[in-house]
Amino acid sequence: MSSSEFFGYATMGYIVAMIMYIVFIAFKNERLGFSASIITIIGFSCHTIAFIMRWLDSYSMGIGRAPLTNLYESIVFFVWCLMLGYLVIEYKYKYRFFGAFVTPIAGMALGFVGLTGMSQEIQPLVPALKSNWLLAHVTMSFIAYSAFALSFVTALLYLVVATEKKSEGAYIFWTIAGSVFFIIIAAMGIDYVRYALVEGVKFESQNYLLTSTFLNPNKTITFLSYLVSILIIVIVWHYGFVLKNLLISFKIKTAILDELTYKMVAVGFPIFTLGGLIFGAIWADQAWGVYWSWDPKETWSLITWLFYAGYLHARMLKGWRGNKVAIIAVVGFITVVFTYLGVNIFLAGLHSYGDLS
Amino acid sequence: MKKEKLDTGIEKKNIIDRVWKFLASVKLGIILISLIAFTSIIGTIIEQNVQPEKTMKFFVKLFGPELAPKAYVVAQKLDFTDMYNSTWFLSILFIFSVNLIVCSLERLPAIYRAVNEPLKPLNIEAFNKYSIKKHFKLKGNMENAKKTIYPIIKRLGFKTEGERSIGIYQYYAQKGMKTRYAVYVIHLSIIVIFAGAVIGNLFGFNGYLNLPEGSKSSLAYTRDGKQHPLGFTIKCDDFNVDFYGNSDMPSNYTSWLTVIDNGVEVIKTKHIQVNKPLQYEGYTFYQSSYGPIPDNNEVLLVFKVTPKGGKPQFVSVGKNGNFNIESTKLTGKIVTFSPALAFDEEDKPYTYTKMLNNPAALVSFTEDGQPKYDRLILKRYSETWELPDGHKVELVDYFGYQYTGLQVRKDPGVWIVYLGCILMAIGLYASFFLNHKKIWVYLTDEKGYIDIKIAASANKHKQGYEIKIDTLLKKYIFKEKTTK
Repeated sequence: MSSSEFFGYATMGYIVAMIMYIVFIAFKNERLGFSASIITIIGFSCHTIAFIMRWLDSYSMGIGRAPLTNLYESIVFFVWCLMLGYLVIEYKYKYRFFGAFVTPIAGMALGFVGLTGMSQEIQPLVPALKSNWLLAHVTMSFIAYSAFALSFVTALLYLVVATEKKSEGAYIFWTIAGSVFFIIIAAMGIDYVRYALVEGVKFESQNYLLTSTFLNPNKTITFLSYLVSILIIVIVWHYGFVLKNLLISFKIKTAILDELTYKMVAVGFPIFTLGGLIFGAIWADQAWGVYWSWDPKETWSLITWLFYAGYLHARMLKGWRGNKVAIIAVVGFITVVFTYLGVNIFLAGLHSYGDLS
Repeated sequence: MKKEKLDTGIEKKNIIDRVWKFLASVKLGIILISLIAFTSIIGTIIEQNVQPEKTMKFFVKLFGPELAPKAYVVAQKLDFTDMYNSTWFLSILFIFSVNLIVCSLERLPAIYRAVNEPLKPLNIEAFNKYSIKKHFKLKGNMENAKKTIYPIIKRLGFKTEGERSIGIYQYYAQKGMKTRYAVYVIHLSIIVIFAGAVIGNLFGFNGYLNLPEGSKSSLAYTRDGKQHPLGFTIKCDDFNVDFYGNSDMPSNYTSWLTVIDNGVEVIKTKHIQVNKPLQYEGYTFYQSSYGPIPDNNEVLLVFKVTPKGGKPQFVSVGKNGNFNIESTKLTGKIVTFSPALAFDEEDKPYTYTKMLNNPAALVSFTEDGQPKYDRLILKRYSETWELPDGHKVELVDYFGYQYTGLQVRKDPGVWIVYLGCILMAIGLYASFFLNHKKIWVYLTDEKGYIDIKIAASANKHKQGYEIKIDTLLKKYIFKEKTTK
């Protein structure tokens, strides 16, 4: 079997696990939760095998390099770190409900890979990318990103559990952030059902992302998509307490969610500083003689870093504990996503190897 | 307390005090961090340091043709097209540095005291207040209990002090006090990095130098085209692009450089690549670009000629030159040359790029002046090197056709920046992964039993610390002894 086949099984496993985790939360069926965990572990094992095989494949092709050098490979590695981090947390804290919120992030990342039709081939490296600093830079960045992703989930859950009133700013914030998260996944799901299941499209070289809904050439459908989105936000806002009650029934305490968020940031922040910023700067210095050039990718990494530095300091201020700090952690992850994908999609820069084309 | 409004001295002191307190506050730090983060976004949207036309075009797209000129004027006034070097942005960074320094200075004395304060023995009344506490009894006398307990304290890495009174023995110790400085090491490292950047900007040089193969220069150029004397001469002996197989995907750019100082070749034909620069006299030369010089007439075609049964020889020929194959009467004449040869659908040859991607020479061979055959010799394809007579003519290089683009940098601050990075790494490690731990073990003799109370605390990672203590207790005590 090939690397991509194993990766296909991993993807399938994560998506099945996602559905099972969500059903588990809704019906609290312990056996279902247990099966979801088992499927996640199987998916993760397939993922690991796929990763190693791809690495070996590159050697047999005479290119010989770690599979961490283009957008596709980096997303795959991000998901791997994310699932590993999740499994560790599940094992340590025995929090299975958490899976219902982490697996969608994995699903989203993998859906992005498929729907944008980005190149999945093993390509040789251009000269600038041949550097061990770069390898360390990329590896550590994605470990940090996945830690930040987990902190995003715990911070969002913190807000769900900690907020009391519908008029509260923090409540409105989480309902909007949560809805947008849900809407994007749902829109990607619609794309998949339409293209893969109904039309039987093979995702290659063409970008299908959100073309069934928000980017539909038919203006009426686009308009309807936005309308439905607003409706979803209003519904989530109105029935947000249902999710809160569900979570409370799992005996989740805000203190533990706050601590988990902090722990994830405390793991991600030093790794990101060293790998993402310092090693990145050393690599740029070796390659171009400029350790910092304020190009968009660098600047956005700095913005991300400042957000988490802000988070760590704000936690020391009395009035900021709780909701405000959790909001910073949520927004921090949004800046991570923008640094990771937004810059490549929207802004030009030195890091052109991550192009979607 | 009464306020002494009349004493202006105190009032002045109050103002200074207030300013100091304001500069020292974490709140100001957070405000500045947010300010830097949010303003930085502007420079990622408006492309920096580009021609005004490009910025204008962008504004037209963003605001429409009517508002664009106005937006442009505003952006120009606020330095948005070169914002990271603007006075206002640098001022924010400066205030941020001041905040970092003042904030750290304000807190250091208290931290210094906390670090150097000797640990006090356990106040047994306050035992319940400690975040980690263990309580159990062991059979036996005091000496046995001490022998059992001591290895645990040692395994936790403590150097203990003991205190004895009637029927009571107490161990207490702390470690990792200095990790309390870690956060300030991180703060300091940021200042060090800023200092390095400032020194680099004030005393450094950043420019470029395009050198055609075979030529030399004692000047580099700034981005706006000004000359910058290097104080020595640098020569490009050769430049080459390697490709992956027969594809047009470059695998390596290599320049061979020679440095001549006072007429002496101090560095001879050193090869540099992307990620492998050359350094001399504080200057660093980076492989950053390359390109063709199509109208250079002094180009040389380099062939490796191996007569049948003979030894290979290198020959260099001009654009329309001739060469002989040794010990034969064969002469090759260059008819035409292409830097990148391809064939179209009708099999007609054409040049697909000016770059030296697939060099090919059409060589007409004559014997004693009589035309014999024409051969198309391609650098990439070894099958084209063989002549019908068994001789071999390999196309090695097209020398003088390309130039190498070097980035030239002198940055006396870069080592300070690196030092700052190392400091930051140390600070991060100590601050996020180490902690300040304390432990007290309080042994009371109770006729045949020893009552043991263990209290412990840590400023971070309490959970991990407690788990460690529990594991050691299990390993050393609870597996064999009876407990209560």
